[in-house]
Amino acid sequence: MELNIVRYILLFPLLGFLINGIAGKKMSHKAVGLVANTAVFLSFATVVYLFLTLISQPENARLITDTVYTWISSGSLTIDFKLMIDPLTSVMLLIVTGVGFLIHIYSVGYMHEDKSYARYFAYLNLFMFSMLLLVLSSNIILMFVGWEGVGLCSYLLIGFWYEKDSAANAGKKAFITNRVGDYAFLLGVFLLASSLASKGVLTLDFAMMAQQISLVPAHVLTIVGILLFIGATGKSAQLPLYVWLPDAMEGPTPVSALIHAATMVTAGVYMIARMNFLYVLAPTALEVVAIVGGLTALYAATIGLVQNDIKKVLAYSTISQLGYMFIGVGVGAFSAGIFHLMTHAFFKALLFLGAGSVIHALSGEQDIRKMGGLKNKIPVTHAVFLAAALAISGIPGLAGFFSKDSILAAAYASGHTGIWLLGFITALLTAFYIFRLVYMTFYGESRVDKHTAGHIHESPKIMTVPLIILAVLSVLGGYIGVPQLLGNLIGWHGSDIFTNYLAPVFSSATGHEMPVSTESILMIASIAMAFAGVFAAWYIYLKAKMKPAVSTVQTLPGLYNLLLNKYYVDEIYNTVIIKPLMWISEFFLWRFFDVWIVDGAVNGSAYVTKWASTRLRKIQTGDFQAYVLIFLIGVFSIVAYFVLR
Amino acid sequence: MSYQFLIILSFVLFSIGMIGVAMRRNIIVVLISLELMLNAVNVLFISASKYMHTLDGQIFVIMVITIAAAETAIALALVVRIFKSLGIVKIDDLKKLKW
Repeated sequence: MELNIVRYILLFPLLGFLINGIAGKKMSHKAVGLVANTAVFLSFATVVYLFLTLISQPENARLITDTVYTWISSGSLTIDFKLMIDPLTSVMLLIVTGVGFLIHIYSVGYMHEDKSYARYFAYLNLFMFSMLLLVLSSNIILMFVGWEGVGLCSYLLIGFWYEKDSAANAGKKAFITNRVGDYAFLLGVFLLASSLASKGVLTLDFAMMAQQISLVPAHVLTIVGILLFIGATGKSAQLPLYVWLPDAMEGPTPVSALIHAATMVTAGVYMIARMNFLYVLAPTALEVVAIVGGLTALYAATIGLVQNDIKKVLAYSTISQLGYMFIGVGVGAFSAGIFHLMTHAFFKALLFLGAGSVIHALSGEQDIRKMGGLKNKIPVTHAVFLAAALAISGIPGLAGFFSKDSILAAAYASGHTGIWLLGFITALLTAFYIFRLVYMTFYGESRVDKHTAGHIHESPKIMTVPLIILAVLSVLGGYIGVPQLLGNLIGWHGSDIFTNYLAPVFSSATGHEMPVSTESILMIASIAMAFAGVFAAWYIYLKAKMKPAVSTVQTLPGLYNLLLNKYYVDEIYNTVIIKPLMWISEFFLWRFFDVWIVDGAVNGSAYVTKWASTRLRKIQTGDFQAYVLIFLIGVFSIVAYFVLR
Repeated sequence: MSYQFLIILSFVLFSIGMIGVAMRRNIIVVLISLELMLNAVNVLFISASKYMHTLDGQIFVIMVITIAAAETAIALALVVRIFKSLGIVKIDDLKKLKW
């Protein structure tokens, strides 16, 4: 179905960006906030309308397209600026605009004292535009435009407080790390396009590619799949390119919630789900995705255990949860991966916004060692934070449980026992570190500075209302994807609406069945893990007042320091990559190449010109009649040439 | 009268002017030779205009005469200034414009 209103989803945030970007400085804070929020709300309303249109269609005809214009036309290659909504897109659109709108509202309260208020909202709207473009595009090149656009906005917003050196550097780090991934991504696109072209079908449109992909030999598909996945490791912060995400916490907290938790970092997962037709034919590439996802999940969770900055813990948690999503798509359970993407967007955005509310209440304090006992002072924040923490830990009944469990079940059912084990251990660590955070922040004795303690206040309504809405979603969001097993238990037979809804998109993926008894055992085991993690955190950080933690650190200082210093990966990258690069830049590129070759060529040409001109200027004698004579000879020669030739 | 004669006249006038510009040393004579060249072209224009039964050539001639008048006025003013400040009337003494 062709509907021309799809483009308005993109148009509103773009207009918001232009208005706030150009005139925002002269507008009042109220007007700036109104413009930005209205833009995103209108976009959200359009999405909801189109979603309702989409689900009113029969299951196999759920596709809305909108061809805006022909973007590139070169020889036999035609790339349209074409937007597309299918069930997968619609889920992403609802997450991006829905969560995005809530975070916009929250930002009005959070940023109200900032002097660059208009710049903030302009960037935020530009981000929404880019992200929606990424999700809506119907070909991989247009998707890449959005992909780069969100990278740019991420850079701009991480370095939003650019007066701070650390923020400016974090922005650069994010941008450059992403560049490494994007390079591989582009190579993948080129390889795919050229091998399709060599079979006579030069197309980059997803639907067209899905039909023709079997023409490409399997080993090429494997390479393409891995290259595209390297792009995803950059954008979605997986091993080995995850290093930028923890540093990205230098940006304002709502930005961390929107870009670095709920939407942009999930772009890699979305990309792989979108390219599922390719990955299904490249099982080796898919295996790589699953293994990297599993390792990242465990790796980041272990670092998260010992971090003391509230946002850093959440950052590592995000990396770990993204690892889960890659396990999901990597074992071929695309809809489970997307389901976890959705629930994660709810509870992780909520955790970040809750953390923002805590930081706001404590006048900028982020160190959890200087928190504690905040439960009664900021009750609303406490309640919603607790809901999100329960959701992410996988406590039954909340969103995270359903999605995490469906990923683990799919991993086990498809025979990836090792990867399942990684995810299983991560589940324990997740519950532990998130409740360590909860207990150290909200419970126990207050360790807040005396000076700050007097100013503790609950955030205004404009911040708490989005928190409450997200809390409701974190609690109830999982019920659209109740696994068959539990559905049967409560007599709800047409269950797992989510998977069925996405099924047309992932038609090429094959599901794996396993016995009900196995599935029940797995589920009970992962529930036990979640409770064990929560209990351990409760015992260590609340009951025993951190004594076990302190004694562990004393007995195993090496391990503790290894984790606290994030496995020294930043230091390793610094010595292995950055230092040599700097050395080459300074001594080869600058002192040799620039000084001798580039400057030498420039100065040399100037010298040659000077040398030649001192000799040539001798013919300028100042004798008028000599000039006339030479001129006449010239004219006669030209005329003679044309007449006599 | 044949148009050939007019063309020959024009050619002769132009050549005389050209040789004058290239050979004579007095600045005033050089300027007069320049005028001669312009008028040689005018003769050619007029004869062509007559020959082809169009007015274009005559319009050009009026244009050329107008511009030649302006040009001569400026040139003579320059000659007077050069003579007053440098005392020069011979063109080969005027070699200030070199490297």
